[in-house]
Amino acid sequence: MQIYLPIAEVSVNAFLLLGLGGFVGVLSGMFGVGGGFLMTPLLFFIGIPPAVAVATEANQIVASSFSGALAHLRRKTVDLRMGTVLLGGGLIGAVLGLYVFNYLKALGQVDLLVKLCYVVFLGVIGTVMFVESLNAIRRARSNTNVINRNNRHKGLVHTLPLKMRFKTSGLYISVIPPFSVGIFVGILSAIMGVGGGFIMVPAMIYLLGMPTKVVVGTSLFQIIFVTGFTTILHATTNYTVDIALAVLLLIGGVIGAQIGTQIGAKMQAEQLRILLSVLVLLVCLKLAMDLLIEPAELFSLGKLGI
Amino acid sequence: MRILSLVILFLMLSKTFVASEQIVLGLSQDEVAITANFDGSQILLFGAIQRDAPEPDGKMGVIITIAGPSKPIAVRKKEKRFGIWVNNQTVEVDAAPSFYAVATNAPFSEILLDVEDLRNKISIERAIRSVGAPMHIENSQSFTEAVIRIRKDQKLYQLLENEILVDQNTLFRTAIDMPANLTEGDYFTKIFLTRDGEIVSQFDTTIDVKKVGLERFLFNLSRQNPLIYGLMSLTIAIFAGWVASSFFRYIRHT
Repeated sequence: MQIYLPIAEVSVNAFLLLGLGGFVGVLSGMFGVGGGFLMTPLLFFIGIPPAVAVATEANQIVASSFSGALAHLRRKTVDLRMGTVLLGGGLIGAVLGLYVFNYLKALGQVDLLVKLCYVVFLGVIGTVMFVESLNAIRRARSNTNVINRNNRHKGLVHTLPLKMRFKTSGLYISVIPPFSVGIFVGILSAIMGVGGGFIMVPAMIYLLGMPTKVVVGTSLFQIIFVTGFTTILHATTNYTVDIALAVLLLIGGVIGAQIGTQIGAKMQAEQLRILLSVLVLLVCLKLAMDLLIEPAELFSLGKLGI
Repeated sequence: MRILSLVILFLMLSKTFVASEQIVLGLSQDEVAITANFDGSQILLFGAIQRDAPEPDGKMGVIITIAGPSKPIAVRKKEKRFGIWVNNQTVEVDAAPSFYAVATNAPFSEILLDVEDLRNKISIERAIRSVGAPMHIENSQSFTEAVIRIRKDQKLYQLLENEILVDQNTLFRTAIDMPANLTEGDYFTKIFLTRDGEIVSQFDTTIDVKKVGLERFLFNLSRQNPLIYGLMSLTIAIFAGWVASSFFRYIRHT
């Protein structure tokens, strides 16, 4: 069934959109990522104009992360205090990111820089997570004691001032690192059109030393507000939020997120992380190939001044 | 199918001695409504050639063009820099129709002189205007060709040679498919009658392509009240998330 999208001005198959939304929704629930890093390139691929894809994706992530976060709230796996600190940074970051984005757009190279950002971030994070998870599984197999998480993170998070107690996470750390993570993720979400979970989840685990079970819910909590803010920014400045596209994606997305949360609750943290790292590396590889291999069509058409 | 006005609006003669022929046209529709399930449209064009004298000699040609709204576009070319393919050169094509179809009753070059094409900008190549390509860009022609190639692939530009059926040198008809990715606006439709490659009569009309119903409402709202539109999008997203969450919880507890 074809459906005409009023803002994107293209006609696409409704079931394709529902399916894409569902697939990304499952990942969203399982890993606490908004799924934007996967959905945004997929939307380009089916012919949605990039500007519309980025803005609409932000709107769709609001739905899937809200649905996912509710499930986590009920299981009390959300550190609200940490989430609020991250969110404060996130909102500031989103505004900064919008300025950077518009500056790059003026230079005419925004596509390339977005793709390079994807390749670099996904590549680094995917590799780190993959190696970490493999080591963790190996340790578990050889029956040695699991290392004490708190011993590994006696770095900056403990030496910086403005310490705060995060009960749910069992942490007493400075607010500066989580606030900075929030800003960084906010910038990325405005530039790359993603929720930023794929950056935030590893940052929370490896940088802040938060327990894996709390990380997913907390990141979803932050993502709701930052992507909601981004949606409003895009809708009021670029008029690129396509509500019809968003509704189709989010119908699939919210259902998928629920299924994903169930799967996530049953699987072990290491398995979860190794799956996510493989996925991150695959997307990275695909994007890198697009940049490295000579394209069949060297020319592309774009609108002027938009 | 509605048959709309068969009134002759316009008659243009390039040569006085063939004033005896003129075009009468009918359209299956003079409006294309973009609805939620819009999946392209087919427009039937049919008409007759009215003569008040015996048919003149010379090969007769009928050419129909439909041109969507013209907008300037930026054509970018990728080149390999530091091992990766990046957009390197940009050429601005000032006016390229968002949709352009040319239908003929015979091979294009046989029924239209090049000088007439130049004057009336009928062929796809001529319908696209490109001026002001920066001097440092070699081969700026290749950029215009790229526009045509890419849009032909998307069925936005169509050359339909021999697609017009002519009956007894008097009646003609053709069907033109318009793809789903149409831009809103006035689609200027022209019918040319030629003799030995020279245009002897022309008929112009307009097909109105516009969004209707919900599509129209959403589009207008997003432009006129963007904040309300944005908040509405957010509300729908949050509501959907909540419904799904509650629904699944309900299922699990029963």
